[in-house]
Amino acid sequence: MKKLMTTSVLAMMVAGPVAADLVFPSLSYRTGPFAAGGIPFADGYADYFTLLNERDGGIGGVMANVIECETAYNTEKGVECYESTKDQGALVYQPLSTGITYQLIPKAEADGIPLHTMGYGRTSAKNGTVFRHTFNYPVNYWDGASVGVQHFLDQSGGSLEGKKITLLHFNGAYGKEPIPTLEALSEKHGFELNTIAIDYPGQEQKSQWLQIRRERPDYVLFWGWGVMNQVAVQEAANIRFPMENFMGIWWSGSENDVIPAGDAATGYKALAFHNVGTDYPIFDDIQQYVVDAGKAAGAGDQIGTVLYNRGMYAAFLAAEAAKDAQAASGQAEITPAAMRDAMEALEITAAEMEAAGIPNFGPEFAVSCENHGGDGLAGVAQWDASAGTWSLIDDFRPADADVVGPLIMADSMAFAEENGITPGCS
Amino acid sequence: MFYREAGDFKVSYKDDSQTFPIAFDRFRYYAVIAVAFLIIPFVINDYWANAVFVPFLIYAIAAIGLNILTGYCGQVSLGTGGFMACGAYACYKLMTAFPDVNIMIHVLISGGITAAVVTLFGLPSLRIKGFYLAVATLAAQFFLIWLFNKVSWFYNYSASGQINAPDRFVAGVQVTGPETEAWAKYLICLVFVVGCAWLARNLTRGSVGRKWMAIRDMDIAAEIIGVNPLTTKLSAFAISGFFVGISGALFFAVYLGSAEAGDSFGITKSFLVLFMIIIGGLGSIFGSFAGAAFMVLLPVLLKNVLVGGLGWDTALAAHLEFVIVGGLIVFFLIVEPHGLARLWLLTKEKLRLWPFPH
Repeated sequence: MKKLMTTSVLAMMVAGPVAADLVFPSLSYRTGPFAAGGIPFADGYADYFTLLNERDGGIGGVMANVIECETAYNTEKGVECYESTKDQGALVYQPLSTGITYQLIPKAEADGIPLHTMGYGRTSAKNGTVFRHTFNYPVNYWDGASVGVQHFLDQSGGSLEGKKITLLHFNGAYGKEPIPTLEALSEKHGFELNTIAIDYPGQEQKSQWLQIRRERPDYVLFWGWGVMNQVAVQEAANIRFPMENFMGIWWSGSENDVIPAGDAATGYKALAFHNVGTDYPIFDDIQQYVVDAGKAAGAGDQIGTVLYNRGMYAAFLAAEAAKDAQAASGQAEITPAAMRDAMEALEITAAEMEAAGIPNFGPEFAVSCENHGGDGLAGVAQWDASAGTWSLIDDFRPADADVVGPLIMADSMAFAEENGITPGCS
Repeated sequence: MFYREAGDFKVSYKDDSQTFPIAFDRFRYYAVIAVAFLIIPFVINDYWANAVFVPFLIYAIAAIGLNILTGYCGQVSLGTGGFMACGAYACYKLMTAFPDVNIMIHVLISGGITAAVVTLFGLPSLRIKGFYLAVATLAAQFFLIWLFNKVSWFYNYSASGQINAPDRFVAGVQVTGPETEAWAKYLICLVFVVGCAWLARNLTRGSVGRKWMAIRDMDIAAEIIGVNPLTTKLSAFAISGFFVGISGALFFAVYLGSAEAGDSFGITKSFLVLFMIIIGGLGSIFGSFAGAAFMVLLPVLLKNVLVGGLGWDTALAAHLEFVIVGGLIVFFLIVEPHGLARLWLLTKEKLRLWPFPH
């Protein structure tokens, strides 16, 4: 007990000071089995705000302050990070973990701080009348599953009747998310769906791939993250599974995932909701204001990778919402409540992306109270090992709203009932 | 000067066999309890509750549970994470199936259900021991996590397999759910911790505990002097399971609010609790608290010092944290293989003579 007391007093003494900036906490993970994915995202997120601070003097004249907190993809550390940063004026949380997202959805609701889970988290949070403070624009897992199936549909000439699709997924909330959609789609299109789970952390997948070899599915959809991605791609190469029939979700489609398999990974596909590569004016600015100034986050070696771009895109969306909030309230210092309102009215246009130096980086979309998930457009990228690049091979297209819409409604309403929430927009 | 028996005359057997026979020790204990119940609830805030006190108290219960099994009865268990999951899922099913029943009763019943499950997995201990038993409990860990992931009845068929704690109230005060006040969270955990520690302490110094220790020290000799290994070992598994189940239920319902079997109750949790009792001290209730405090608070403290205080890079700090915590574990175990509890005992001995050691 004595030890506890001294610890308490010490920790109280060293708690951080309260900042008067626009605070964007970054619940990052640079350690643990998912660090390969966490590092580039966190770098991109931090670098974009550094760029705004260095080049434009912040957002609307107020400096952006990115408070980084290491979660190691661990829910308990995520809670600690949330509690330690929420009183410092946090405007929006982006936990980059479905487990931590589930943790934070009710907490953020109670504290009135918006939560942005870009392309992950709870899919039914798209229904903003139930999930008032949770946003998952521009796209969610059910959109991803639907677009993936559409791509396979095109690939097999318009019909999936009698085909077999296997979902290879992380055995957790994240990996289980697409199952309801895929079940509905399998009924609609008449394909047979099998699910094979990979347990955390997924360094060993021999048995899963043996099963795939035995079942001989026509297509494999893959929901993996971290080290399990590269293992899966390698195993697919080992059993000579045709790579063009193997597609990952956007979290299973970065350079880290395919490079270890070498040339054999050529043709591997991954869903995408934003563009790839470094062919954008913003990278010149990042080089000039961030890298050359020695202010790059992390080791600075991730710039331009898929996940770095995604972190940057997340920061871009947050900064745009903050700008809108400043414009709406007429004040440079904004509150989480103003941020939430701005996120709900967010509209990303081609002109805004152009102005930010990322023309045509992602699809245009708009958010509303009924729709916190944007338009749900996703494309498909393919890996070319010899060139060492990802390239978009299928344009951004919408998900099958007839299938995804009712599922979102059903799941969100179940949540509303469980928690006594009256859906509404006021 | 401190902890002296001089002048403290016992006139009855009852006084002589109390938990804290030394007056100074007893008053220190009362003081700690008074601070915990009467002062901390009034000053606690969200950060202190969620990052420090609530996890510490809940892990302390789990450590007490495992200490009963491993420290007192000598049966190694690597299934603590799975058993905590058992408590958590039992609590979730009870909370959703019987919303009108008080949550405290649910937590206790969850402990009971876990006790039954743990007893079942304890059956192999009648034939195997040591490393072999560790492997059997390891199998329990993997089996339970697999079961809670696989059978959707356990998570009420939700799409993601997550379980979420609904809002529940004790005497009109909300204790689960996101709007819970920090002090309410803290107090409900504290009540369970004090209850569990009191129960464990009194069990371990009575005939039940003596039987456990006899089995631990030499099971054949124990059997010869009339200790029944069947009931003794299984009672240790059951009572340990009861505590671990309570901690799992609180961990899910009060602390996290939502959980997932593989993520929250994986094998790392089993090791964490095992480390707690090894560092704290096997076969000691105080050791369970000290070990839980060490393993829960030290990382938070280091993080605050390195990142919050010195402004270091978070990744560097996180890696250094592993090094420091690991180094300290090695250091403590070399200096005092019997854990922090033994260190505390030695300190007490020294304090007794201080400042005139001769």
